[in-house]
Amino acid sequence: MTATEARPEAAGREPILKVTDLTKYFPIKGRGLIRRTVGQVKAVDGVSLELHPGEILGLVGESGCGKSTTGRAIMHLQPATSGSVVFQGRELTGLSRGKMRPLRRDIQIVFQDPYASLNPRLPVFDIVAEPLIIHKLAKGEELRSRVRALLELVGLNPEHANRFPSEFSGGQRQRIGIARALALEPKVLVLDEPVSALDVSIQAGVINLLEDLRDRLGLAYLFIAHDLSVVRHISDRIAVMYLGWIIEIATTDDLFDKPSHPYTQALLSAIPIPDPRRERERKRIILTGDVPSPANPPSGCRFRTRCQKFANVLSESQQTKCIDEEPALEDRGTGHPAACHYAEAIRVL
Amino acid sequence: MSTMTKPAHHMDKPSAEAILEVDNLEVHFPTEDGIVRAVRGVSYRLHPGEVLGIVGESGSGKSVTSLAIMGLLPKSARITGSVKFRGQELLEMGDKDLSRIRGKGVSMIFQDPMTSLDPVYKVGYQIAETVRQHDKNVSGKAATARAVDLLELVGIPNAKDRVTSYPHEFSGGMRQRVVIAIAMANQPDIIIADEPTTALDVTVQAQILEVLGTAMEETGAATVLITHDLGVVAGVADRMLVMYAGRVVESGPVDGVYYEPRMPYTLGLLGSLPRLDQTEKQKLTPIKGSPPSMVNPPPGCPFGPRCPLHIARCDEAEPPLTEVEAGHWAACIRNEKLEGDVQATEIFDADSTDLTDPVVADALPGTDAATVATGEDRP
Repeated sequence: MTATEARPEAAGREPILKVTDLTKYFPIKGRGLIRRTVGQVKAVDGVSLELHPGEILGLVGESGCGKSTTGRAIMHLQPATSGSVVFQGRELTGLSRGKMRPLRRDIQIVFQDPYASLNPRLPVFDIVAEPLIIHKLAKGEELRSRVRALLELVGLNPEHANRFPSEFSGGQRQRIGIARALALEPKVLVLDEPVSALDVSIQAGVINLLEDLRDRLGLAYLFIAHDLSVVRHISDRIAVMYLGWIIEIATTDDLFDKPSHPYTQALLSAIPIPDPRRERERKRIILTGDVPSPANPPSGCRFRTRCQKFANVLSESQQTKCIDEEPALEDRGTGHPAACHYAEAIRVL
Repeated sequence: MSTMTKPAHHMDKPSAEAILEVDNLEVHFPTEDGIVRAVRGVSYRLHPGEVLGIVGESGSGKSVTSLAIMGLLPKSARITGSVKFRGQELLEMGDKDLSRIRGKGVSMIFQDPMTSLDPVYKVGYQIAETVRQHDKNVSGKAATARAVDLLELVGIPNAKDRVTSYPHEFSGGMRQRVVIAIAMANQPDIIIADEPTTALDVTVQAQILEVLGTAMEETGAATVLITHDLGVVAGVADRMLVMYAGRVVESGPVDGVYYEPRMPYTLGLLGSLPRLDQTEKQKLTPIKGSPPSMVNPPPGCPFGPRCPLHIARCDEAEPPLTEVEAGHWAACIRNEKLEGDVQATEIFDADSTDLTDPVVADALPGTDAATVATGEDRP
């Protein structure tokens, strides 16, 4: 699946991060004594995307679609099975840990669970200072002032630096995680569901903070989330994933005004809107069934088993094409790439 | 306390006969740190066929309220107040009598379908068991036939074969369908759904909400829908309660509460939600700080420390729920400030800092503890 990228305002600029045909398979081991590999879970199966400097690219999909694994494979936290990740002109896949380390200064990750991603035995100061110490960037008074500045940057009171994570609320912990990620002044942040463990009133503060930081520091984000409302709010472009594939990629406005893949359409129509009158009038596209197992994805188009278009609209010969042929992620006259043989932009919202 | 909690019958139309009357419900958990006051004087009425939404964030007491109604809280919980189902007081009932009402009069759907189904029994058996529990005259065969019918009703394909499957053979969405089938098995008068779609993906959530609609239609049951998702309530509920720090802080018809909220907390909550249908980029308005400790709640309005409209008088006493419009109640002494079309951005600050003193969230003992302790209410 080679992707023709939708390149909005960033046209002509070099992407800071370029991912091509990234795959990540997890082996399924057999039971017996010799644990032979009997199959593979294709968590990520040919993902291509580009991230431009200062851009926020949203990566959305439901649980198990491979969005987090994509993030981790890009970060080299779980080595990719194949494909390439080029960061500022350097190939990251296949690098040893030692060779990777200096590059980690420029690409950092923030994890979903602020309760599990911070060491409970370290005070906040040590957590935020750790990357600076590992990379030998500061010590003594300079280290202290850098950490203080970082805590201020993420909207925390620097006087709380000697407290432990357990003394902070979820939103504040997530801010600590962000401060740690920013300590090395990275150019790219991979944000893996950064707000989904937080209550809405707290979540909004973290979203605002991430927006401010992007504007002030010129960061680029790969924003991984399942909540399309959040992703719409923050992203410049959005890629939608399903069963290890990107099935549609477009600028935020395009994706919401002209969703072209039947899955994107169903996803948009399924999300409730906090507006009683609009909600009562809405017609939903209800998908049937569940996501198939990534160990044994359907042939041809992976979405066809749940596709409302496949089931209700397409003729038999058209269906055959869906069963036999993998749809490429390309523009079929809807203004942006969508991986559907019969892509057609419709208004859902 | 007597001044802050109005008897519920002030809140609703007195004309219709309520099937569930909750009056001044209080739930306290004694813990090592002191008494956790999880629910503090909740009153509401539920009318036949009505859908009541209860929204609130983690730890607001929305789940504990319904567990108290069903008599499902641990023994350590101290419950006072009154819960009347069709005029019968549930809080004074023994477990045996309650069992007759659970599942038949009032049935419940929980958040996590894996823990509400028994992993070692076939789903058909679990549905049939519910049917026979309340009517011993039904033969095993007839109960199984009813199980198949119910599974078909909730949209499980090949219900005849699936009736002999175990819960682990189903996906999350399918399991929640089974739970709904069990909940509707005895044509209950009331279905209490506690975060029924929170553990599910959005496309599956849409399926389950549709099935829940079918269940409400089939049984004609009045429904209490508890959720943190303001979107889910908007489309389904007739009336809603907004809970904060163990109290109802606003209640009324959904349109009134969404379009003209009169409690700053509700306004802040709506303003902090990114909207799927918003083309113009609007700054979100987060609510500063965290909910108060439930061990020693400060005097005065519990939302006071986070409220942009806060004045000294707010700290004097907890504001009572007052009727701001017909059927629309708000617990805020300055609610007239929010009259008319007030935007969240006019009241709340969109600034992104959080300089508040760290607050340790108080864990509630009992079933809800894990949720409250980790602050996780969502998948």
